Amino acid sequence: MEAAVSYVKDGGDLRDTELRLGLPGTEAPEKPAAPSTRGSKRALQEDGDMESRAKSRPLAVDCGEAPAAKTQIVGWPPIRSYRRNSFPPRKVEAEAEAEAAGLYVKVSMDGAPYLRKIDLKVYKGYKELREAIDNMFKCFTQGEVSRKEGCSSGSESAITYEDKDGDLMLVGDVPWEMFISSCRRLRIMKGCEVRCLRTRQYS
Amino acid sequence: MVGGFRWAAMFPDEVWEHVFSFLPADADRNAAALVCRAWYRIERRSRWRVFVGNCYAVEPAAAVRRFPEVRAAAIKGKPHFADFNLVPSDWGGGAEAWVEAMVEGWPHLEELRLKRMVVSDDCLELIARCFKNFKVLSLVSCEGFSTAGLAAIAANCRNLRELDLHENEVEDNCLHWMSHFPESFASLVTLNIACLEERLVGLLHRVPQLVDLGTGKFAAQHHPELFSKLESAIAGCKNLKSLSGFWEAGPTYLPAIYSVCEGLTSLNLSYATIQGPELIKLISWCKNLQRLWVMDLIEDDGLIAVAASCKLLQELRVFPSDPYGAAQPISLTEHGLVAISAGCPMLHSVLYFCRQMTNAALLTVAKNCPNFTCFRLCIMEPHTPDYITRQPLDAGFSAIVESCKHLRRLSLSGLLTDLVFKSIGASANCLEMLSVAFAGDGDAGLHYILSGCKNLRKLEIRDCPFGDKPLLDNAAKLETMRSLWMSSCSVTLGACRQLARKMPLLNVEVINERKRGLPLELQPDNCPVEKLYIYRTVAGPRSDTPSCVWILR
Repeated sequence: MEAAVSYVKDGGDLRDTELRLGLPGTEAPEKPAAPSTRGSKRALQEDGDMESRAKSRPLAVDCGEAPAAKTQIVGWPPIRSYRRNSFPPRKVEAEAEAEAAGLYVKVSMDGAPYLRKIDLKVYKGYKELREAIDNMFKCFTQGEVSRKEGCSSGSESAITYEDKDGDLMLVGDVPWEMFISSCRRLRIMKGCEVRCLRTRQYS
Repeated sequence: MVGGFRWAAMFPDEVWEHVFSFLPADADRNAAALVCRAWYRIERRSRWRVFVGNCYAVEPAAAVRRFPEVRAAAIKGKPHFADFNLVPSDWGGGAEAWVEAMVEGWPHLEELRLKRMVVSDDCLELIARCFKNFKVLSLVSCEGFSTAGLAAIAANCRNLRELDLHENEVEDNCLHWMSHFPESFASLVTLNIACLEERLVGLLHRVPQLVDLGTGKFAAQHHPELFSKLESAIAGCKNLKSLSGFWEAGPTYLPAIYSVCEGLTSLNLSYATIQGPELIKLISWCKNLQRLWVMDLIEDDGLIAVAASCKLLQELRVFPSDPYGAAQPISLTEHGLVAISAGCPMLHSVLYFCRQMTNAALLTVAKNCPNFTCFRLCIMEPHTPDYITRQPLDAGFSAIVESCKHLRRLSLSGLLTDLVFKSIGASANCLEMLSVAFAGDGDAGLHYILSGCKNLRKLEIRDCPFGDKPLLDNAAKLETMRSLWMSSCSVTLGACRQLARKMPLLNVEVINERKRGLPLELQPDNCPVEKLYIYRTVAGPRSDTPSCVWILR
């Protein structure tokens, strides 16, 4: 026996012609599903053509109705496999432009005469970012006393950033993805300001 | 046959050989060979080009023995649907048997073209070592080799004129394989390879006579210096007629090829995710284009522009950028196809992927282009009707076959009933290859095709309600064809057994991947056949079948 066939025509709804109590617009409580015997007379009539159509299209869906979930058919559409894999879903143009442009933010170091700019997209995580920044500003920190000699020298530094709310944040607290989406500029802080920042965090 | 009178002896063999050299097609030479023993002997000794459409149709040694003077050979392996992953990967199509026989019997071979075959590095090394005057290697849709094998070719084939490696699965294990090419490489005219590296640019400077250049994809924004070098290298190739490959490049890099656009007759941008406006700008430079392969990102507007600027266009292929409909819909519809058909009077070959079609559009295309030799339309959602009338597309495709009297290749799609097959069977007298998917109502559809289409060579069918009866009723037809593929249809094992018994010159291959390993002899007659591949052969059953393939006798 074929699966229950919907007798509802495209766009129609038998509920529109249903007789019931209640004002228009109010929903009557759903009736339980009609027992199969009630529709069997019509089922017998329709079955004739439905059966032949269903048999002749073993994998088919009724003409005009798209399947609810789009399941991928093997080998369809008929394209070579490299054409299938090569293209991620097309992005909206603006998004694609932004991706191509990179995520450039200014980096300033306290005491350095000029700023730098880096593309945050290029780095995979905080470690790489720190290394890159160290490299970039190496020339400005050479003259300073090393950390071992004491913390009252100006050698302590911390990388901070300004987020999209304008707040000064310490780099490293939030997950990387969240960081690069909210970071507007970077600032390398030096000396006592760093200690103040650190104390503030724990108060 | 003129018995007894030895009129062939009226002229020396060389005269007949000279006469045969004017026969353009293999079919004509085959016919001449059947006339008498003398002509058979003379023809076989003078045939230097051989085409084997199915590598299993004849034993390699037999082919080599019959035609001892062959200089150019072309061999095809797997069925076409292997391109779409419908054929098990271990099905067969290995090239070793052929290469070994050729090395033995055709030491002067100059040209080898293989399609859909499994070619190992050992094969490539054999070719490189044994054919001293090797000039042309073309591997299309092949697999099984790596860049190490290509290095052997590059190092040993000093007279190489053409290296065409498009659409292969190549393992990249030998960096800089192209460095094995000779320093002075005056012979190379065609280079179509799947990679772009520094050495290619260097090579290009050494082959200014290059006519056909194909490269793989590369992202230009990561190689800006490389790209500008490429630009000057390409500009130096003044004879360049055909360009393919490239680009995930952004539109800023396209001007690199503007300098050669006017000379181009063939342009393949089907890997390039360039948007419509940039495509239009590029193509407007290519006034002499005869062949254009492009992504559907060109959209209807782009095709209208092509119709306006490329009046010499003969072949158009439009590929889907987004086959699974995940992104925003693209405005490529039946209008683009109609525009091209109206604007390009020399158009004869079309491959078009789209999402909607109407009978009216197809009727217009049929009227505009009665000279089509190849028409392949793929409406991506199966069973899609005419989106305006909601009718099947029978009328549209019927118009195509009735109008295009020289149609040799046809691919159907959309909602189709048996009626379209009736038209095809009756009208498509030149049709050699037909591809059918998700179409038809029942057995009658297949019967119309097999009882009509007198020149049909290849028939490939998937997901259609065709069963045993039309196959058995038209068994003799199958021996006049190269091959038949049927998958996800309604054929049973019993019918295949009958067919195999009735037709000893056919290999009836039953492919049941789900039941791999279970002996076919124990399956009942009503067991459904998942995939069926039938081909004529004089070689008998092949010996290299995997566990999912049974050849019925």
